[in-house]
Amino acid sequence: MSETILKINDLKVNYGGIEAVKGISFDVPAGQIVTLIGANGAGKSSTLRAIAGLVKPSGGSIEFEGENITGLDPTSIVTKGITLVPEGRKIFPDLTVLENLKIGAYLRKDDLTDDLNWVYDLFPRLKERSWQEGGTLSGGEQQMLAVGRALMSRPKVIMMDEPSLGLAPIIVRGIFDIIKEINKRGVTVLLIEQNANMALKTAHIGYVLETGRLTMSGSGEELLANEQVKAAYLGT
Amino acid sequence: MIEFLHENFRYLLSGISVGGQYALIAIGYTMVYGILRLINFAHGDVFMVAGLIMVYAIAGGLPMWLSIILVIVLTVVLGVAIERVAYKPLRSSPRMSVMISAIGVSYLLQNCALYFTGGLPRSYPAIPFLSKQITIWGATTKMVTLITPILTLVLVLALVFLINHTKIGMAMRAVAKDFETSQLMGIKINSVISFTFVIGCFLAAIGSLLYFSNYTTVVPTSGAMPGLKAFVAAVFGGIGSIPGAVIGAFIIGICENIIKAFGQSWTVFSDAFTFVLLIIILLVKPTGIFGEKATDKV
Repeated sequence: MSETILKINDLKVNYGGIEAVKGISFDVPAGQIVTLIGANGAGKSSTLRAIAGLVKPSGGSIEFEGENITGLDPTSIVTKGITLVPEGRKIFPDLTVLENLKIGAYLRKDDLTDDLNWVYDLFPRLKERSWQEGGTLSGGEQQMLAVGRALMSRPKVIMMDEPSLGLAPIIVRGIFDIIKEINKRGVTVLLIEQNANMALKTAHIGYVLETGRLTMSGSGEELLANEQVKAAYLGT
Repeated sequence: MIEFLHENFRYLLSGISVGGQYALIAIGYTMVYGILRLINFAHGDVFMVAGLIMVYAIAGGLPMWLSIILVIVLTVVLGVAIERVAYKPLRSSPRMSVMISAIGVSYLLQNCALYFTGGLPRSYPAIPFLSKQITIWGATTKMVTLITPILTLVLVLALVFLINHTKIGMAMRAVAKDFETSQLMGIKINSVISFTFVIGCFLAAIGSLLYFSNYTTVVPTSGAMPGLKAFVAAVFGGIGSIPGAVIGAFIIGICENIIKAFGQSWTVFSDAFTFVLLIIILLVKPTGIFGEKATDKV
């Protein structure tokens, strides 16, 4: 087992008095694909937002490479090598595709050519459309752009919030292939999904989140075979 | 036609010049709106304070070049300080609160100016180069009339370049669209907002040098009328759009001066024209010439 890159300890997140995450702990081993699955409102997005620094946790701690990063601002988190592909893609619609990619590398001062080539390699479609405004892309292309943009910061950990949401099944498969491809390059992936079937097939490790608490964990295959998971999330 | 134009050329000239001065103020309104969705009511008063800084710097015996630099630097500092103290703490409050805060700052500046000036009009020092008399096509005017539109266009082009072709400009465009995603990119929202105020106040300071060279006195309410007209220009052009604000400002400046050419009885309507225009735009095309479609910031 590889060493833990991201360690979540008894994390709690409050939104105006409502506890969305009620003390969860889990480890993300370096170089793996880890997925959190769960229904709407289970606290998946809140967990990622807390790690990314968008919300301050109300309790618990987040450790990255052995260092406590709880409550740091998003800029510091990005600098350390954690990036979030937000739910709903959130690309910048009036920036060109190329600008969207460049802004992903906003904090970097070194040469971007290699990374741009890598992203264009992963998503040839983006290269064809690099001068188009981001808002003119289709949903699937926008998702590619959002992932590409996140990769431009050269992250160690990439977190993805519902990358398959609202996409056609064939495009969803493409997205999951890309996730595996990114992971092969050594980037750790923390993925949250409602499409539990695809997520568990792709992930090395899975956690099940129910109303703010972790209820199960195991390897992707174990969870896929689990009767409870099958009944609740896979609909089989 | 040519005859009429020639006879009234001075009105056209001063219209273009005033338009340029309005444009420099209007950009401050439109940029702050673009990023914060805030009508910065204090902007006109910052412009007035820039005028007073010049008055007191020269009265204090500073040389002209140093006074001009001081005007620019202090105006920028004032604008950024206002943002930090009066707007930043309200970042997550309803937009109405920030707007009320802006109105408060506006009155605060006017009252401070009243205290310092004792309510007396202060005469603006003549900037030698700008105040030189010149004659163009039979119309006698000051050099500033000629300089203003040229300087305005140069500054606007530089600004458009900055916004479209530099890293900070890209960050400004991103922040204007989406605070949270910009943060995820590592962009420091507050620095970008401060930078927006720096640009707005820098242009207002330049505008004040040109405007008061023309009008020669500064009173505590000196910022109100040009501020209001620049605001109308920004709305006319489509608030949030820089080219819109500039075009709107020139149209308003030229129209309100051309009216004067129709004779004495029309002169009194010169200000009224601007506000009639505002009402018409709000009724007919509330988003202005280049305004974005009415998508509210979510």
